[in-house]
Amino acid sequence: MSGVENAPLDAEPAAIRFVEVSKSFGERKRRHLVLDRVSFSVPKGRTTVIAGGSGQGKSVILKLILGLLKPDAGQVLVGDRDIAAMGYRALQEVRMLFGVLFQGVALFDSLTVFENIALPLRERTKLSSEEIRQRVAATLDQLELTGHEEKFPAQLSGGMKKRVGLARALQLDPEIVLFDEPTTGLDPVMTREIYELFTRTQQRLGYTAVIVSHDIPQIFTLADQIILLNKGELDVFSEASRIPYSTKPKIREFARQVMGQEAREG
Amino acid sequence: MNQENQEQQRQPSAILRFVGGIGDQVLYVLTDLGRMGIFLYFSLVGLCKHPFRFRELVKQVGFIGAGSITVIFFTALSSGMVLGLQGYYSLHKFGAEGMLGSAVSLTLIMELGPVLTALMVAGRAGSAMCAEIGIMRISEQIDALECMAIDPFRYLISPKFLAALISVPLLTAVFDVVGILGGYLAGVKLMGVNGGAFFAGMQQSVTNHDLRLGVVKSFVFALLLVWICTGRGYFVQKIRGAGFGAESVSTVTTQAVVMSSIAVLVFDYLLTAVLL
Repeated sequence: MSGVENAPLDAEPAAIRFVEVSKSFGERKRRHLVLDRVSFSVPKGRTTVIAGGSGQGKSVILKLILGLLKPDAGQVLVGDRDIAAMGYRALQEVRMLFGVLFQGVALFDSLTVFENIALPLRERTKLSSEEIRQRVAATLDQLELTGHEEKFPAQLSGGMKKRVGLARALQLDPEIVLFDEPTTGLDPVMTREIYELFTRTQQRLGYTAVIVSHDIPQIFTLADQIILLNKGELDVFSEASRIPYSTKPKIREFARQVMGQEAREG
Repeated sequence: MNQENQEQQRQPSAILRFVGGIGDQVLYVLTDLGRMGIFLYFSLVGLCKHPFRFRELVKQVGFIGAGSITVIFFTALSSGMVLGLQGYYSLHKFGAEGMLGSAVSLTLIMELGPVLTALMVAGRAGSAMCAEIGIMRISEQIDALECMAIDPFRYLISPKFLAALISVPLLTAVFDVVGILGGYLAGVKLMGVNGGAFFAGMQQSVTNHDLRLGVVKSFVFALLLVWICTGRGYFVQKIRGAGFGAESVSTVTTQAVVMSSIAVLVFDYLLTAVLL
């Protein structure tokens, strides 16, 4: 199963490549195959949206990219380095390239907003306290969070938590930012605001964005490339209007169920 | 019909299923032991990594050590007083009340002090550490640390290890002193044993070897309880039958306290047998 042949942005340099990757879960008798020889690439500096129904392996793809899971077979290449074959120290170096916004945001609930955003700078750089303070203040200002520095995550709304998570993810100037279901639990207005924020920050910083979402079709408005997953099949598209014409039957079926006739008409 | 017969033939017999189940369980236990072994290795290695989180260490010593003083004080006082009364009752039968100081102090220093301190710390601080790390795991906070290339062992686990290794022996010393005072109160003040004989007996019978045994035990118990409690929390999603979400954290926390308590009692016997 390979989507590489259909990938419209294949000619561009790839930030991440999956080559014949398989991943399954569960113990021997109850093994569940989530990814079956999946191949695709994520072009540099662009936004790739990975969409599909629940339990189709979208978040697994992110965890494979981060080296939090190891594939059963195949290669996950970041640049030209295979994540799956890396030792702990090399993996730590590669992870410095990434910023991650988790589905549940994963803010440290015992730290304030300021401490959460400052954490990667304190732990991974040699910046002085004053430099860290200035840098965090600038980020808080950009993301309209000024005045909330001393609050704890439990005191923030869902949308504010996402913004704090994004601020933390961007602190080390990542080359690649991964978003795991970034609008889950947000109302439509907040969802639109978050999408606008993503577009603005990506245009300003020029990072490669990988967004995993089931917010279909709204999420497609952000995409330079769309990867759809359904029941073990995967296909790659340059725009949402091409999805109903996929050569993969399960992808067409998914498009019919989720996007309806409206998408078919483009 | 033929197909049904073939299906039946393909099904493993009850005995095979039983043996397979045992094998499966053995493999799970071995995997779990291996996982915990690697966890212990990384936690100890994390102690040597820079930058060391000194403020976190102080915070954890405060939580594990200073925070446990009240429960340790009352447990020690109660145990010492009961020992004083029970010891007096038994020794009185042989007219050997003068040995009470010796009996109370040796029992506390070599056995009850290290064991009860470890059990109390496992119940109070061990359960909290397990739940904290378990919640951080299920809410992806530990994944977030890894994604920021921050070593979760150095950042999160190792300070707890060092704090337990500092706090538990100190709490054991407090337990011993308060316990002996409890024994003194019950034996001397309540039952009328001679105070001079109580302390003289203690001075004569307690040797450096006995003190060393108590200290070694308290270090080993500290390591066991912090290892098991933090380790179970860290692997909350990999523990068979623990369930999911909040339920898994509560199940694993209970399991961690039970396992660390049993480990303390088993190692108490082993250390006594080897070092006495």
